[in-house]
Amino acid sequence: MGLFIAQILTGLANAGALFMVASGLSLIFGVTRVVNFAHGSFYMLGAYVGYSLMQVLPGMVGFWGAILLAGIIVGLIGVIVEICVLRPVYSAPELFQLVATFGVILVIQDLALMIWGPQDLLGPRAPGLKGVIRIMGEPVPQYDIALIVITPFVAFGLWYLITKTRVGTLVRAATQDREMVSALGVNQAWLFTGVFFLGCALAGLGGALQLPKGGADLLMDFTILGSVFVVVVIGGMGSLPGAYLAAVIISVLNVFGVTYAPQSTLVLMFVVMVIVLMFRPFGLLGKEEIAGEHGQVGEPERPIKPAGNRVRWLVAAGLLILGLLPFYSGNFAVVLVTDIMIFCLFAASLHFMLGQGGLVSFGHAAFFGGGAYAAALFVTYANTPMELALVLAPICAGLAAIVIGWVCLRSTGVYFAMLTLAFGQLLWSLAFQWGDVTGGDDGLVNIWPSDWASDNDIYYYLAFVLCIGGILLLRQAAHAPFGYAMRAARDSARQAEAMGINTKRIQWVAFTFAGIMAGLAGGLFVFSKGSIFPNELETARSFDALIVVFLGGVKTLSGGWVGAAFFEGIKDYLTRFEYWRLALGLSIIIVVILGPEGIVGSLRKAGERFGILKVPEDAK
Amino acid sequence: MSPILSVRNLSRNFGAIKAVENVSFDLAKGELLALIGPNGAGKSTCFNMLMGQLKPSSGTVQLLGKNIAGMQPRKIWRMGVGRTFQITATYASMTVVENVQMALISHHRRLYSLTTFAHKLYREEALALLDTVGMVDQAERHCAVLAYGDLKRLELAVALAHDPILLLMDEPTAGMAPRERIALMQLTADILDAKGISVLFTEHDMDVVFAHAHRIMVLNRGQLIANGTVDEIRNNPQVQEVYLGGGTLFKAQEDAHA
Amino acid sequence: MNRNTFLKTLVGAAALSVTGLAALAQSGEPIKVGEINHYKRMAAFAEPYKQGIELRLEEINAAGGVLDRPLEFIFRDDQGDPGEAIKIAEELMTSEGAVMLTGTILSNVGLAISSVAAEKQWVYLAAEPLADALTWSQGNPWTFRLRTSTYMQAAMLAEQAAKTDAMKYATIAPNYAYGKDAVAAFKEVLTELKPGVEFVGEQWPALFKIDAGAEVQALERSKPDAIYNVTFGPDLAKFVREGTTRGLFDGRTVYGLLSGEPEYMEPLADEAPEGWVVTGYPWYDFTEEDGANKTFVDAYQARFNETPKLGSLVGYMTAATVAAAIQKAGSTDGDAIRQAFEGLGVATPVGDITFREIDNQATMGAFVGTTALKDGAGVMTDWTYLDGADYLPSDEEVAKLRPAE
Repeated sequence: MGLFIAQILTGLANAGALFMVASGLSLIFGVTRVVNFAHGSFYMLGAYVGYSLMQVLPGMVGFWGAILLAGIIVGLIGVIVEICVLRPVYSAPELFQLVATFGVILVIQDLALMIWGPQDLLGPRAPGLKGVIRIMGEPVPQYDIALIVITPFVAFGLWYLITKTRVGTLVRAATQDREMVSALGVNQAWLFTGVFFLGCALAGLGGALQLPKGGADLLMDFTILGSVFVVVVIGGMGSLPGAYLAAVIISVLNVFGVTYAPQSTLVLMFVVMVIVLMFRPFGLLGKEEIAGEHGQVGEPERPIKPAGNRVRWLVAAGLLILGLLPFYSGNFAVVLVTDIMIFCLFAASLHFMLGQGGLVSFGHAAFFGGGAYAAALFVTYANTPMELALVLAPICAGLAAIVIGWVCLRSTGVYFAMLTLAFGQLLWSLAFQWGDVTGGDDGLVNIWPSDWASDNDIYYYLAFVLCIGGILLLRQAAHAPFGYAMRAARDSARQAEAMGINTKRIQWVAFTFAGIMAGLAGGLFVFSKGSIFPNELETARSFDALIVVFLGGVKTLSGGWVGAAFFEGIKDYLTRFEYWRLALGLSIIIVVILGPEGIVGSLRKAGERFGILKVPEDAK
Repeated sequence: MSPILSVRNLSRNFGAIKAVENVSFDLAKGELLALIGPNGAGKSTCFNMLMGQLKPSSGTVQLLGKNIAGMQPRKIWRMGVGRTFQITATYASMTVVENVQMALISHHRRLYSLTTFAHKLYREEALALLDTVGMVDQAERHCAVLAYGDLKRLELAVALAHDPILLLMDEPTAGMAPRERIALMQLTADILDAKGISVLFTEHDMDVVFAHAHRIMVLNRGQLIANGTVDEIRNNPQVQEVYLGGGTLFKAQEDAHA
Repeated sequence: MNRNTFLKTLVGAAALSVTGLAALAQSGEPIKVGEINHYKRMAAFAEPYKQGIELRLEEINAAGGVLDRPLEFIFRDDQGDPGEAIKIAEELMTSEGAVMLTGTILSNVGLAISSVAAEKQWVYLAAEPLADALTWSQGNPWTFRLRTSTYMQAAMLAEQAAKTDAMKYATIAPNYAYGKDAVAAFKEVLTELKPGVEFVGEQWPALFKIDAGAEVQALERSKPDAIYNVTFGPDLAKFVREGTTRGLFDGRTVYGLLSGEPEYMEPLADEAPEGWVVTGYPWYDFTEEDGANKTFVDAYQARFNETPKLGSLVGYMTAATVAAAIQKAGSTDGDAIRQAFEGLGVATPVGDITFREIDNQATMGAFVGTTALKDGAGVMTDWTYLDGADYLPSDEEVAKLRPAE
């Protein structure tokens, strides 16, 4: 019994920091609709800033003062980020801002490394709260008790702010209807900035508060991000009580998971999320998302047309140059371009379902990595030749997509995205945990192409044919009735359903088709590398694809592969320098600010302005 | 001649509230039937049940003798029922003609085709439909930049694409200027007349209703209180009571003349 | 170099590629070695390692280089991503003119490079990755490993544990291959040395996501006599703090794999645990008696003005090994270097080591000692250096583990 209570208390204490970071993310999303990927970075900054302040400020007052100050400082940093990076891109398509926040992550990572160095910092302990108290004989750290007490106060303060004050009224109004707020004569820009301050300050506070239980290190931004997203989604996007409830549930469950199923640590919270979303598609306390949000912001998406003759000639010329690459360049260029083409196919497959279908997936790597693993497993356990494995990879990925799509498509919008993320994570942990079959994180090695294709140049042509073919097929599909049906389902599900279109099935097939193409890319990947590891299934890999799709331009047909080629190319170049993350992050932010329609969209605009491209009648 | 649509005892509860209660009526071939009533009378609930958005709590809806109550919207559409929305629903990322082509592609069950170019499919038919609603000169325009009245006309063309036997129109003239309303409704009436399509529509604008409806049903507090010709309804004391007593006094009519 | 120099200024950052200044003084083209590591993702470990390499390179080149040519390492960051590492390996070997590859800390990246090395017939010296698979189940003729493997270090601790009368053990290890290997090896060797020991609890926190309070409660619940710890980095810090606060370590000996390495010990400062039996690197304790160890530590501190980590030592030994191999091969031909590696002897600060012909594993050992607090910092006391050669399974067993060549 004592242990049981102690475990609950541990869970409640852990819920503290998690709740603060999650509530900040939830607030920001609720009001600005920005999915702030950089939220973990603000948490990390809170820890570092708090650590530094605690070195300077003495005693108990200094300790708690440092925590408060850390929150405020991080909030101010958030304000700078909001004004400099996000404000210019609010009018961009929905979710585009997450690319900008991704750039912010990279920048903060390198800045933190420059300022605080690579060593992990052990957080100072809270003065006067270093010991334990015994509850029914079980030791409970005093600081845990402090956290358990503080968190509800913060939660209550937030609740009061949101429900009882004028500012809160505005925030709530903005959450429901942005236009209404500007109609009320409130300066929306400063409201957003204010919310960003509050959200980031909460993240900073969370980071500083956990110092006595851990410390500050350079990996903590990503470590917390997953759990924070899970908490926000389980609680319901935009719901503060939901975030608190979910933080407590996840933390307490985790404590029991650790004790009674020690191996469950990787997946427990994602399983909980899938279960919750199966029964409550909008989280425990979330409200149904307003439908048809996609495409509301920014310039409406243009009708698509198959390429004209001039463009076709250009593409043909480009393909010829690419096709002759092995004849005029060195071996490494061939290897690099093989890599890039594979990534382009992967990105194009995501872009297909995201751009045409409006389906934002946070877990597309499940199919890329899934295809790769399928091929690798067939080779390892059945001695399958490469040719057959390359057929089986997309098939297996497609089968996975059928199952995963069936579950995920029960939800929409951000919840759909989070379900895909959960499944990506589940597949990842399967590959990671099931060492006997998948080799765990030691992966599967020695998966090489058949003899005839083992030469880099030959493999290049194999990848060339399949990747370019795949990208062209996706493009054709966009122009085909199926692609139109996807857009119909996205533009107006109501009209589409009233037109005999089974929108869910269209989306399901699209999801599967995108999965198949990603699986093909994965199959090509594994034979080009000769090995496969669980990190190809990681959420980071999904985000890579997502970032390049937005970077390339969602509302264009070629955004996916163009963004991928650009991103891979620039990354290959920049990683040669020490502070490449800073440089890459800044490049991303600059591209985002200069071209909120993505690379392709902005180039098209520029082309039209300078008379290189014809301006469509209605865009004048 | 048997009716196209035959509704019997259609009811829908939301908890204890009876939004629609025992509504029964028939719709004959070629008939233009209006469903009116004050705000909150249950028109939308009734409509949504006919179109499949809502499941009835009880009652039957027979289309040519087949019960369609509780069917999904897309299945009802496949049985030859077209519809237009109160707030227009079109595909903003497509051109005008592509919107119509989309309906034709769906009608011809080519939705899952990957090998053809959608913009080449059924283009002639789509242009012909646009011609009937007077939109053919705007066929290549981007749907997102159309004027509201044009969107309404486009929606009508879309609704006609699969040669429906019955058209359900939810406030076809909502949100339009008075003069446009009359013109659009006249156009609609002419087309439907020419094609012999039956229509059930709701409408706030009493001018439109009295000018075009063959027959009018009045819904109040979920119940049908009158069902008759234009003159019968005009002179029905119960109807007058509902509108006058409720203080709304043919509200839309006033709006229209305001 | 010009492009790099330009961008160096532009980005305000130093380019990773390094050319020893001494190299310029010598005749002949430099011999290039491709060094791939997670310089960003694991900066705290990779930086000291890099400096160790640089120190040894400077010494080698000052003494005339290798085969009368300067030796040069090209440092490249792989972001901790195996796919990226393979691409870089390809670039280094085919367009940068590297003669062999070294590097990596993460085992999975090491395995990825080892696989591509075997396929393309490139020599790869896996400097730091610990996975047993590198030399055993996934071993290949082209891959050699320098550092003391997981199995060897676990066996050293198991040997210490077997000397006590603790019978009930609980383990805590990060939930991934290294953690699992480390627990399996410890169990295997300890059970062999002392049949009858019982493992009463196993905890598997996710790497760098430890819920330390809960883990400590779970361990306490299993009431072990002793604990075997494999967590490291921020996980270790949290584990130690929660464990100390909640009294988990009272009256229990903890065996900590790698826990004594400065990389992990230093961040703990005055909260470093006392009385743990650990493998690590007690550089602070070296005296003149320790000979080459002391010389290395002094040289390193003089050169970089900071204290060495274990990574520094491994980096230093990596450069020394590469130089010795190429010298022995007498050429920069890949196959010649590979043959030179078989049975290669290298003189290092910790003594002479040999690359075993049977499994390409070097006999580098480890320092084992007991932790204590001294001047507000955790140190190892009563340490001894155990030779790696004594902690490997018999040749027959190894032959069974390794795929036939």
